[in-house]
Amino acid sequence: MNNGFWRRFRRNRAALAGAAILVFVATCALTAPWLAGHDPWAMVQQPFLTPGQLPGLPMGSDALGRDVAAGLLYGARVSMLIGLTATAFALLLGIGLGATAGYHGGWVDALLMRFTELFQAVPGFAFAVVLVAIFQPSVQSIVTAIAIVSWPPVARLVRGEFLTLRGREFVAAAQLAGQSSTRIIFTQILPNAVSPIVVMGSLMVASSILLESALSFLGLGDPNVMSWGYMVGAARTALRQAWWVAMFPGLAIMLTVLSLNLVGEGLADGLNARLDGRTR
Amino acid sequence: MSAPTVLQVQGLSIRLPEGADRALAVEGVDFSLSAGQTLCLVGESGSGKSMIASAVMGLLPKPQVAPVAGRILFEGRDLLALSETELRALRGQRIGMVFQEPMTSLNPVMRIGEQIGEVLDAHCPLPAEQRRARIYAALADVGLPEPELIAKAFPFRLSGGQRQRVMIAAALVLEPVLLIADEPTTALDVTTQAQILKLMRELQRRKGMALLFITHDFGVVAEIADQVTVMRFGSVVESGTAQEVLRAPQHPYTRALIAAIPHGRARQSGAFLTAPLLDVKALCKSYRTSGFQLRRGREVHAARQLSFTLSRGETLGIVGESGSGKSTLGRLLTGLVRSDSGQVKFDGRTLAPELRHRPAGDRACIQMVFQDPYASLNPRHTVGAAIAAGPLAQGQPRSQVNALVAELLGKVGLGADAAERYPHEFSGGQRQRVAIARALATRPQLLVADEPVSALDVSVQAQVLELFEQLRREFQLSMIFITHDLRVAAQMCDRIAVMHRGNIVEIGDTTEVLGRPQHDYTRELIAAAPNFFFNQHEASNA
Repeated sequence: MNNGFWRRFRRNRAALAGAAILVFVATCALTAPWLAGHDPWAMVQQPFLTPGQLPGLPMGSDALGRDVAAGLLYGARVSMLIGLTATAFALLLGIGLGATAGYHGGWVDALLMRFTELFQAVPGFAFAVVLVAIFQPSVQSIVTAIAIVSWPPVARLVRGEFLTLRGREFVAAAQLAGQSSTRIIFTQILPNAVSPIVVMGSLMVASSILLESALSFLGLGDPNVMSWGYMVGAARTALRQAWWVAMFPGLAIMLTVLSLNLVGEGLADGLNARLDGRTR
Repeated sequence: MSAPTVLQVQGLSIRLPEGADRALAVEGVDFSLSAGQTLCLVGESGSGKSMIASAVMGLLPKPQVAPVAGRILFEGRDLLALSETELRALRGQRIGMVFQEPMTSLNPVMRIGEQIGEVLDAHCPLPAEQRRARIYAALADVGLPEPELIAKAFPFRLSGGQRQRVMIAAALVLEPVLLIADEPTTALDVTTQAQILKLMRELQRRKGMALLFITHDFGVVAEIADQVTVMRFGSVVESGTAQEVLRAPQHPYTRALIAAIPHGRARQSGAFLTAPLLDVKALCKSYRTSGFQLRRGREVHAARQLSFTLSRGETLGIVGESGSGKSTLGRLLTGLVRSDSGQVKFDGRTLAPELRHRPAGDRACIQMVFQDPYASLNPRHTVGAAIAAGPLAQGQPRSQVNALVAELLGKVGLGADAAERYPHEFSGGQRQRVAIARALATRPQLLVADEPVSALDVSVQAQVLELFEQLRREFQLSMIFITHDLRVAAQMCDRIAVMHRGNIVEIGDTTEVLGRPQHDYTRELIAAAPNFFFNQHEASNA
């Protein structure tokens, strides 16, 4: 089973490349303090040094003389942290509500789905902006806001999966065996619904990173942490004099999101056992 | 034989993609078919019989699956050497095909008339007036009443049998010389199957076409075949006239296949004098599709006032066609479906209508074996975990449960090492054995078996039926055995209840019900069942 997964995942070359990029970004995030050598907020040199102009500043400096490379490394931490935790919370919420609605059906389903639609009726980004503005920008409030705007699609997906799976005969057999609803949800149905959830999760990490960047760009980032979105936002006033200050964090966002999407596609292939024996 | 040969298959081999369980799906197959004749290709699933039909039609999923040797001569031309354009000209016009599943082979959003008209448009565009006339004629030809109305209808308005008639009409509208039918009656009820077989015979006689008929059912073979070719693992093991093959099979495999057909002889049943184990009174259930605003919702009565009793150790067969409510009855007894009204008494206790209101003891004593062993086992759980779930939920200690799992696996004829494996590693018959072991794990007194062998090949079917019989005696089980196959019911059951549109129209001892049926519907069912052994019996008497 695991072998099959890895073989199918490996066959998707783009997914392998994506995974490599992700590993690289994660390594940078983990080793940022050692690689950067100084605080990303520290003004280490004169402003607007072009990349490579001075040794030790491979990506130049920004308007305040801060090291762009250091900002990029520390920014990876924030992006990964927010992307992963926000997705984790959104998945928990979405799976919980979706599973309950799909398994029980009837009025429980109707109630929970109307509740979900309430959230879907508001444009996600605008909603996140409002939430962060109300609760003061901080890592916690940003994570909360992103989780709140991104759980409804998960709930919908999980509900759909549960609706079809609960009618299966193995679920009927489990009911006859005397297993409790909770047990059936977690041990019988959820394992069978996990593939699309995993795939969706990987794509949600990407969208969370984008959301966080967009919030920071608008000045709604946590003022105490350096993030990619903040860097792009701060650089936009001097875009014509110093393109590199905005370009490097922008590239970082693009590459990370791209690689997450590629990995998501690879996961979909890997978890789809039916793809075996077919050549791409 | 003076009739011209229409189709000749010579040394045909078809390869399978790498990693399949064998290299060639079909290996060195030869047969020939003359105009006005019917050739039955018989074999169990995976024997390669459908592959041949696809090869003739040029529908193989190339390049992974492709013919590697041999020739398919159709009216003297090698079909394998033709280009796609040339093949397309033949398909529909000279060769027609009918598929197994009438529910999915019609386009659901296209009117029936248009689907037949498409065939005409592709091969011989006609003026609208003539085109319409041809469509009506084709529909009338297959015995559909009011062709004008049917032509305007969408497929969902038609029953399975009617849809299959439409498929045949579409296949025959251009009067092909060869019709390929791939299990055309497998998805249909017995009475419908009898009608469709009769229709195909009639049309064949009238139009003098050659019919290549693919089936796994020797009953159907006896009804329709002139020639029979028996296949196994992609090779022909026996071929000859229907008489020869059915009456005096030469190859051991053919003999085994014929022997495995449920013999339909009623079994000896003992007298049951004890108080009934199960007492069902006036059980009702109807399904409503909710109405929307002005449209009234439809109401289907799946069970109307069902009453019967079942003694300890007795097996009651529930027979009927699809939609007769027999599966609903099984689910009502187990509590998987909630009854609207009525009472189920088990061992003197009244059972709650809904499973979650039944105490653990009540749940454990009625268990169920489902139809499809592929759907009834969780693909993510090991076989051992599936069997252990019931006893563990009852609160039995883990070590005791493990011993029980090993014991049950042994009883159903699987090794104890099977516990560690996943369902996909087993064949259909083996999975059904696992499902039986799972049902027995909570030591039930009553086993509800819902079509437990209808998804299995005939030889496997015989083994599983034998297992049921053996376990029934060993565990002193009472059984509700739901089936559409009268032969299976005769073999397995002490009594039989015949269901029709939610009613039990007749109930009694197996020999009585099958030998001297009282109700018209029972007679109809018995007459429609393709029963090659009854025929054989008559023949030997004559």
